[in-house]
Amino acid sequence: MKPFSYERAASPAEAVEAAVARPGARFIAGGTNLLDLMKLGIEAPQHLIDVNRLWLDTIEPTAEGGLRIGALVRNADLAADRRVRRDYAVLARALVSGASGQLRNKATTAGNLMQRTRCPYFYNTDMPCNKRRPGSGCAAIGGLTHNLAVLGVSDACIATHPSDMCVALRALDASVETVGVGGRTRSIPIADFHRLPGDRPDIETALEPGELITAVTLPAPLGGVQLYRKVRERASYAFANVTVALVAREGQMVRLAFGGLAAKPWRVEVAEGGADPDLAADLALAGATPTEDNAYKLPLARRTLKATLAQATEVRS
Amino acid sequence: MIGQGVIGQAISRTDGPIKVTGRAAYSAERQDAGPTLHGYILGAGIGKGRVARIDIAAAEAAPGVRLVWTHENAPEQGPAEGIEGDMMDRTRPELASDRINYYGMPIAFVVAESFEEARAAAGLITVEYEVEAGAFALDGFGPNLNWRRPSQAGDIDKAMREGPVTVEQTYSTPYHFSQPMELHACIADWRDGHLHLYLTAQMVNQLTTGLGKTLRLDPSAISIDSAYVGGGFGSKIVLHCEAVLASLATMALGQPVKLMLTRRQIFTLVGHRPASISRVRLAATPDGRLTALGHDALIQVRTDDAWDEGVSSVGKALYASPNRLTRQAHQALDVQPGEPVRGPGELPGLMVLESAMDELAEKLGIDPVELRLRNDTQIDPDKRLPLSGRRLADCLREGAEQFGWCDRPTIPASRRDGRWLVGYGVASSMRGHYQTSAEVLVRIEPDGLVIVRSDMTDIGTGTHTIVAQVVAEALGVPMSQIKVELAHTKHPKGNGAGGSWGAANTTVAADRACAALRQRIAAVAGTSYNDIFAEVRRHFPDGLEERGRTLDNKDDPNYQTHAQYTYGASFAEVGVDIDTGEVRLRRMLGVFAAGRILNAKTARSQLIGGMIWGVSAALQEAGALDPRHGHWVNGDFAEYLIPTHADIPAIDAIMLEDFDDKANHLGVKGIGELGAGGTGGSVANAVYNATGVRVRDFPITLAKLLPGLPGR
Amino acid sequence: MTATPRLPVTLSVNGETHVLTLDPRVTLLDALREHLLLTGTKKGCDQGQCGACTVLVNGRRINSCLSLAVMHEGDEISTIEGLGTPEALHPMQAAFVTHDGFQCGYCTPGQILSSLAVIEEIRAGVPSHVTDDLEAPIPLSDQEIRERMSGNLCRCAAYPNIMAAIRDYLGEGA
Repeated sequence: MKPFSYERAASPAEAVEAAVARPGARFIAGGTNLLDLMKLGIEAPQHLIDVNRLWLDTIEPTAEGGLRIGALVRNADLAADRRVRRDYAVLARALVSGASGQLRNKATTAGNLMQRTRCPYFYNTDMPCNKRRPGSGCAAIGGLTHNLAVLGVSDACIATHPSDMCVALRALDASVETVGVGGRTRSIPIADFHRLPGDRPDIETALEPGELITAVTLPAPLGGVQLYRKVRERASYAFANVTVALVAREGQMVRLAFGGLAAKPWRVEVAEGGADPDLAADLALAGATPTEDNAYKLPLARRTLKATLAQATEVRS
Repeated sequence: MIGQGVIGQAISRTDGPIKVTGRAAYSAERQDAGPTLHGYILGAGIGKGRVARIDIAAAEAAPGVRLVWTHENAPEQGPAEGIEGDMMDRTRPELASDRINYYGMPIAFVVAESFEEARAAAGLITVEYEVEAGAFALDGFGPNLNWRRPSQAGDIDKAMREGPVTVEQTYSTPYHFSQPMELHACIADWRDGHLHLYLTAQMVNQLTTGLGKTLRLDPSAISIDSAYVGGGFGSKIVLHCEAVLASLATMALGQPVKLMLTRRQIFTLVGHRPASISRVRLAATPDGRLTALGHDALIQVRTDDAWDEGVSSVGKALYASPNRLTRQAHQALDVQPGEPVRGPGELPGLMVLESAMDELAEKLGIDPVELRLRNDTQIDPDKRLPLSGRRLADCLREGAEQFGWCDRPTIPASRRDGRWLVGYGVASSMRGHYQTSAEVLVRIEPDGLVIVRSDMTDIGTGTHTIVAQVVAEALGVPMSQIKVELAHTKHPKGNGAGGSWGAANTTVAADRACAALRQRIAAVAGTSYNDIFAEVRRHFPDGLEERGRTLDNKDDPNYQTHAQYTYGASFAEVGVDIDTGEVRLRRMLGVFAAGRILNAKTARSQLIGGMIWGVSAALQEAGALDPRHGHWVNGDFAEYLIPTHADIPAIDAIMLEDFDDKANHLGVKGIGELGAGGTGGSVANAVYNATGVRVRDFPITLAKLLPGLPGR
Repeated sequence: MTATPRLPVTLSVNGETHVLTLDPRVTLLDALREHLLLTGTKKGCDQGQCGACTVLVNGRRINSCLSLAVMHEGDEISTIEGLGTPEALHPMQAAFVTHDGFQCGYCTPGQILSSLAVIEEIRAGVPSHVTDDLEAPIPLSDQEIRERMSGNLCRCAAYPNIMAAIRDYLGEGA
């Protein structure tokens, strides 16, 4: 871990200002992903801006009937919030299927959005990786790809996005609120927040330099039965092979997103609205480019969707 | 707890209170040497080749750095030795040449004033490699194999041709890693010409030979203290780089040096269980008598370090068959040397053989428990000696009864519980009983304390407790007046913890020391005294001590006349998600016959722990080696999956009342490996019973089950 | 050779205040182990993947390996050393001894702190992956406890005994 200087920001504006002023600066909140990557030399910020004391840790109702979740709300607190449990169950369920109790106590909403891939070749600094060193190549392609992406991949990168929370946010049409240089605020639809790798897999989000996430906004509740099914190779504390976030009403798939399949939460809007999970899977998984190692993810995603929809129907009845 | 009947009781660990309060100091936590410098290893980033150029200037100039070594400036050490001779006695020179033999092999070592500074400085070293093509994939059985360890009877090829019912299948088992929770660590302190090591090790005196030759020190100038060890499972038996590098550094700098490997480094700098490919051949008569039992195994090794995982060996003596052939061949790959990992040989071997037995039972239409009972034997088919303590049948029968085996679904994939397909499986366990020469000292102090000294380690095995129990019984003194001092080279030499031999070695030797003490006292005080301490005070005012010894197997007449093993049977019930193929253990029972049990509580814990290793071998654990670059792709706890709480339901282990008088006079054998033995096989067979899908490439993951799963 | 810059930080651990000057790279875990010599908090992976380093910060359990010490100015940190002593064990510690909820003991401080936090989390209504009804009170079931304890790996695999210890503790009137 390279040496870095450290400061505690007192306001979002101050944090943004510091980030712009200091080359190689990074925000740190929970630190559960960033510090791990720093120890391995994957991230090497020269300056850390501790944003934990910015008072962005409340969950407030919005005028539109939704919720505004502060960037620093911890994953455990978000899952435990009464309104989230009642109105956004898919989000609560996604949150608690990720990581461990200890990590969820520390990890923040914004940090979860910024989580980087667990691709084992990204994690090994002896291997070329276009995310770590743009243009160096991708060691994962042609390697062991059991848990790498089958959709939205490029010749430069086949990493998967590791977050569960983001899959639920994508299904719920959340938006990400930020403050940037000069105090400029904007709201980024979650669909546009994470990027597919293309030829620049190192650019993972729509954030601009110095831009700070201040909140995540959820639209008014969708109702329906909300489920999050995570398939993994041990019962807990493991990254997903495939996940399904589903909001169903009267047997219809109102919202549907997949995790574990791509570099971002995978949602194909035209696959939604029907009651036939096979048709939905055909539409959602079209264009997949699996390897021999990860081809299992396609039938697994289809079967998991069917099972989740069946479960939603049982819950209703 | 006084006197008779202490042995066997379910006494809580004597070191429990200091462990649950965080007061037990493991190696890296020892304060004996005072403040330390901190080391950090830079490992090779390629699988095979050489260091063409290495630049340490920036690292040397970094804050807090005290030394940076590479092959160009590291101290001279004893040269690497060939694979002949005992693996425990070999040198382990580090940074000795520009050669890179495996990914992660140390190519530089930094010592700095803090851990943070050492790690950062290691990151400043730049390296250019000359990469060579390496061999990183196990190919399968080729022609012209050099077969080793053959054990043969009759004509297996003929028996297979004649059948009438045969099974011939190929199975593969992956790399496994011990990965104890305590990181491999060493504090080395060179002080007044003596090297003091606080090292996480399963054996201490054994390490001084190889370490002494490496450091060019007389072994008597080396002390190793491993007072508390956070698990070993085989990975802390041989000498590793942390001991060598920390020692060299403290000798060069004259200050104590601490070196803790990182979790990721333990996947490269400590050995693994080699991967294997097995071909199993079984033939039987229609009524289930084996006529052929064959197990050919191809084992991954290194050319210069042939740790030979005995995958095929379990077939030698598990079942009787007139025609039998077990043997193994090697394929050398460019990965780090293999090492013992819990259940060496039998964990993968039994998982494979007991899967094949399940396949045979199905072909025959015979209950899998019954098939095993029909092929029981009282004569070791390999050694042709009577088996002592052969109670496999008792374990199977008792287990079947207690588990409710009669309720097993007889047709695969026939039972549902909601979304779960439910299945039962059984497998046998077996583990050789070994004893080696060991010495233990027992001293009675006149002031009312008994001190036991042995270099045996307690790696979570409960050694402190069981030794105190045996001595309490032998001398008739309360446990509270016995102090057990272990795990230091200054104590009498035993054979450490490993191979399931520690308990028998240490307690038998301790008991003999106590017998000698009783004789000494009886000679002056008769045998009808009430207070042993009063007699010692009267007749031996300076205290009294004796040493007890055990014989090595090769010197033990019983070992020449009887083949000695421990036995078990495990029964598993699993659920397989009909949609996703996720496998979850629902319940499990193990029944074991392992000689006299010294402590019902700690023994049960160790057996259950071993069984859980079997569960994860069947379902989760697999080191993934990149076939192009030779690095461990899943080298951390997020990717190399070991079970969590949520994976493990209630599990029980029953220990049959047993006493093996051929093993030793206490009737004691080991249990450390036995629980892990066949458990993987019972889980694998339960998965088949649940799904009708037979996966022969371990572990059984959802991706392998999916194609064969029935629809909803 | 320039010196590593250091920052002042005041840590409150088990009710005691410690004034330290630390390299900002020092994790909370290493501050406890290397600087305060509180080695009951264990380093098992240093990557947030095993739970051996679990401590309570302001009453909540976290992995101390994935947090910088300088970020904990003003926090109340509780470690295993603050719970009980060998002579006067906390009831959960006593239950671990009675039920043999450990073998090597290395993951044990983390398991014990987690088990106490898990009970509080269930009572506070924090849902888990196995919580069926997100709005109803959460039962202190084995399934809930196992799921929530899953961030604490034990390679000796003392899991069934740890569960027995927690159940015993709950039965004793926690």
